[in-house]
Amino acid sequence: MRADAILGPVAAVAMLVALYMAFLVAPTEASMGLVQRIFYIHVSSAFTTYFCFFATAGASIAYLWKGSEGADRLANASAEVGVLFCTLVMITGPIWARPIWGAYWTWDPRLTMTLILWGIYVGYLMLRAFGGEDEAVARYAAVLGIAGVLAIPVIRVSVRLLQGMHPSVLQQRDGSGSGLDPTMTMVMWVATLAVALLAAWLVALRMRVERTVTEAAALRRALDLQQGSPA
Amino acid sequence: MSDNNLGYLVAAYSLFFIGIALYVRRIARLQGAVEEELRELRERLKR
Repeated sequence: MRADAILGPVAAVAMLVALYMAFLVAPTEASMGLVQRIFYIHVSSAFTTYFCFFATAGASIAYLWKGSEGADRLANASAEVGVLFCTLVMITGPIWARPIWGAYWTWDPRLTMTLILWGIYVGYLMLRAFGGEDEAVARYAAVLGIAGVLAIPVIRVSVRLLQGMHPSVLQQRDGSGSGLDPTMTMVMWVATLAVALLAAWLVALRMRVERTVTEAAALRRALDLQQGSPA
Repeated sequence: MSDNNLGYLVAAYSLFFIGIALYVRRIARLQGAVEEELRELRERLKR
C-alpha cells in the first residue's frame, strides 16, 4: 500500500480531532478572546515548516553523500510543502496580529527572520524549477537546502535575545516555562501532530508525482533508443 | 474582546484550508498530466 494512501485518512482524522480540540476543548484566552484560537493552526504550521525544512536539509545531506535520487526527491518535496506551510504561517500570523497588535506586520526579529527563511526556500524551489535537469543544479540546491535550515535556530534565539513583539511559545525570554495553560499546551501539540501528518501526506503525494516524472523520462529515453535517435 | 474579531478567526482558518486545498488540487493536476504522458509513451512503445 502506498504511503500517501495511508497518510491521507490518518491526517484527515487527526485534523478533525485537532479542530474539535481547538474549538471545543481548549479554554478561551482571557485577554484575547476567541481570536487567540488562531494560535493552534499558526504555531502548528510554524513547527511543521521547521520539520519540513529539516527534512529538506537531512535529505540534501543524504543526496550529497550517497547520490540517492530518492533523497533528492524527498528534499524537493519537503521544501515545497515547507514553503506552503511557511506561507500559511505568514498569512495566519498577520490575521491574528491585526486585532491584537493593531497592525498586520511589524519588522519584529522573528517575523523578519521567518520572511528571510521563506525567501531562502522560495529561492531553492526557483533553482529547482528553472535550473534544468543538470546534476550540478541538484547539488547547488542541496547546499542551499542545508544552509537555509541554519536560519531556524536564529529565529528561535532572536525571540529571546532581541526585544521583539512576538511572544515565545515554548519558553519565556528569561528561560522559564511558556506560561501557557496546560490544556492549551496539550491542544497545541495535538494540532502540531495533525498538521505534521497533513504535511507528511502532501510530501508523499509530491514524491509520487516526481517518481512518475522519472518513470516518464525513462520511457522517453527508451522510445528514443527504439526509434534510433538517442536523446 | 469584541465579537468583531470572530471574522479574523474565520478568515485565518478558512485561508489555511483554502491554501491546503489549492496545493492538493495543483498536485492532483500535475499527477494527472504526468500519468497521461506516461500512458501515451507506453502506447507508443508498444507500437
